Amino acid sequence: MNIPKIPIGQGVEWIEDWLMTYFGPVFSFIHMIIGGMVTGIETALTFLPAIVLTIVIAALAYWIGKWRMALFAVVGLLLIDNLGLWAPSMQSLALVLTASVLAVLIGVPVGVLCAQSKTVQNIVTPVLDFMQTMPAFVYLLPAVSFFSLGVVPGVIASIIFAIPPTIRLTNLGIRQVSEELVEAADAFGSTPGQKLFKLQLPIAMPTIMAGINQTIMLSLSMVVISSMIGAQGVGAYVYRAVSQAKTGAGFEAGIAIVIIAILLDRLTQKLFKTKQQN
Amino acid sequence: MAIIEVKQLTKVFGNDAGRALPLLEQGWSKEKIAREAKLTVGVNKAEFSIGEGEIFVIMGLSGSGKSTLVRLLNRLIEPTGGQVLFKGKDVVQMSSEELRTFRRKNIGMVFQKFGLFPHRSVLANAEYGLEVQGVDKKERTRRAMEALELVGLKGWENHRPDQLSGGMQQRVGLARGLANDPDILLMDEAFSALDPLIRKDMQQELLELQARVKKTIVFITHDLDEALRIGDRIALMKDGVIVQIGTPEEILIQPANKYVERFVEDVDLSKVLTAAHVMRQPEMIRPERGPRVALQLMRDSGVSSLYVASNEMKLQGVVTADDASRALKENLSILEVMQREIPRVRPETLLNDLFELMSATHLPVAVVDENDRLKGIVIKGAVLSALAGNAVPEGGTQA
Repeated sequence: MNIPKIPIGQGVEWIEDWLMTYFGPVFSFIHMIIGGMVTGIETALTFLPAIVLTIVIAALAYWIGKWRMALFAVVGLLLIDNLGLWAPSMQSLALVLTASVLAVLIGVPVGVLCAQSKTVQNIVTPVLDFMQTMPAFVYLLPAVSFFSLGVVPGVIASIIFAIPPTIRLTNLGIRQVSEELVEAADAFGSTPGQKLFKLQLPIAMPTIMAGINQTIMLSLSMVVISSMIGAQGVGAYVYRAVSQAKTGAGFEAGIAIVIIAILLDRLTQKLFKTKQQN
Repeated sequence: MAIIEVKQLTKVFGNDAGRALPLLEQGWSKEKIAREAKLTVGVNKAEFSIGEGEIFVIMGLSGSGKSTLVRLLNRLIEPTGGQVLFKGKDVVQMSSEELRTFRRKNIGMVFQKFGLFPHRSVLANAEYGLEVQGVDKKERTRRAMEALELVGLKGWENHRPDQLSGGMQQRVGLARGLANDPDILLMDEAFSALDPLIRKDMQQELLELQARVKKTIVFITHDLDEALRIGDRIALMKDGVIVQIGTPEEILIQPANKYVERFVEDVDLSKVLTAAHVMRQPEMIRPERGPRVALQLMRDSGVSSLYVASNEMKLQGVVTADDASRALKENLSILEVMQREIPRVRPETLLNDLFELMSATHLPVAVVDENDRLKGIVIKGAVLSALAGNAVPEGGTQA
């Protein structure tokens, strides 16, 4: 028996073409916004000399996490500068921050919708599973055809890859608010909006922040993959070192990513904890 | 006047729950509906009305539907059928906007596990109901502070709920419920999570508070002692059905069926029944009568002592047969021979508190009101008989 191959591939390409034909202007608009954001953040980060920005970040680290964090920030950032990776590191950071901000702006509302409607949750959950398990390389391709080469498809790919934890944990955090508290809010005549902003989001905040932290980490892990489609930054250094089998250069660039990762992780975690204690 | 009137109020859980209504109408049991229609009957055709200023207790074991019933009153749970009339207006038919206004203005709620918002201060918790109404900051702080003061939490307003003990947390819950100045306060097992001693204090305080603020309170509990202590009337629930509604005394003395009887059989009657329940009509004599009349009266009614009371029933003392004989012999008036030092109690005195007094005297105990007017007397036999569970004659008429 000879069952013909199901044309999934053709179908996807047909959809891709169709979107390109009818939604071209939308993609251009998105391209403009994201490109602008990345450039803006990058300009802001490289506007100050490395040493000044190091001091600013160290001060922030001291304010949030006391002197050990500050010391790590100073040593780590100076090391990045010393390795000659400052500018590409800031490019990567701009990509990560853009992707994270957009992921949070999209992810938290989607998470809220999931928490409020079982139907939405049932639709969104498999989509998230799909996004997380589909190898990231695969959606680099449509990202390139919609947004051409460069940093923008990198941001898009990063958002797709990194957004699930924010959605999932926002949903979880809100669903975990105890039944009795929700009843209390209802019993005093709260509108759904009041219930959300006065009760559910504040109580879910620790869980949501854990999701946001994960999102930032995941989008950072995308910088190397994004470099394959032309996103500039320290990821490109890793990619180049790998393709040229230069262990030393690859290791240096890798260390820069690790330092940024640790700083982002600790700062976002601690930032939230200090906020909670107040 | 009834502030809440509940008619045929029914809640069935499950898919397409409305189809259970005709089945209930046909008299299907809860078990049969569960078995054949795969639906769970939570509350089955509840009917009652609550008067303004009344403390109405809904009591039942867990699973009896009492928590569901109270949530039907403010529609935290949507009723499947029936009516909840608040001052004549059907809550069940209200639009979501009307319902919100009803919840904001007319009905407050206190929760079993307090339901306090952990991220808000005590004051901000108490303010919550006013805040969602859009009352401005100054006004709502003033009213929330008043409510906190009312429950004895002045000085704690800037603490977090988790810094407070259980009893104090529930006071915050109470203050939050009272701050909106609602007509009705729903209290769902409000004291069940508290230690027994604190619980008793809170019950007492609730009664005192109620005397001051005169709210209508619907109080849910699984504890009979609590129900008897605070309820003006009690509705007893079993399997979603209200099996009896009555005053605490009615429920104890005339249980409507075996279920209620079993429920109340372990109750320590001495802590429920009062002097008013067991007192009987005393044999009396006016102070201006002579000793000869007194002796004649005693002989006629077969008693050995008479209570001396003036025109307005004001208790003067007691005269025994010996006293009367002495008066006759020595030519004295009743007022001169009667014993003025007699044990007296108020009608609301619990039997439990009568024991000591009764064991110290050979005379019956006089029951008097706040103006010292004689209402009745309590003899030992009547107390023992009441404690043995024998019905007490209504209003303490002549035994």
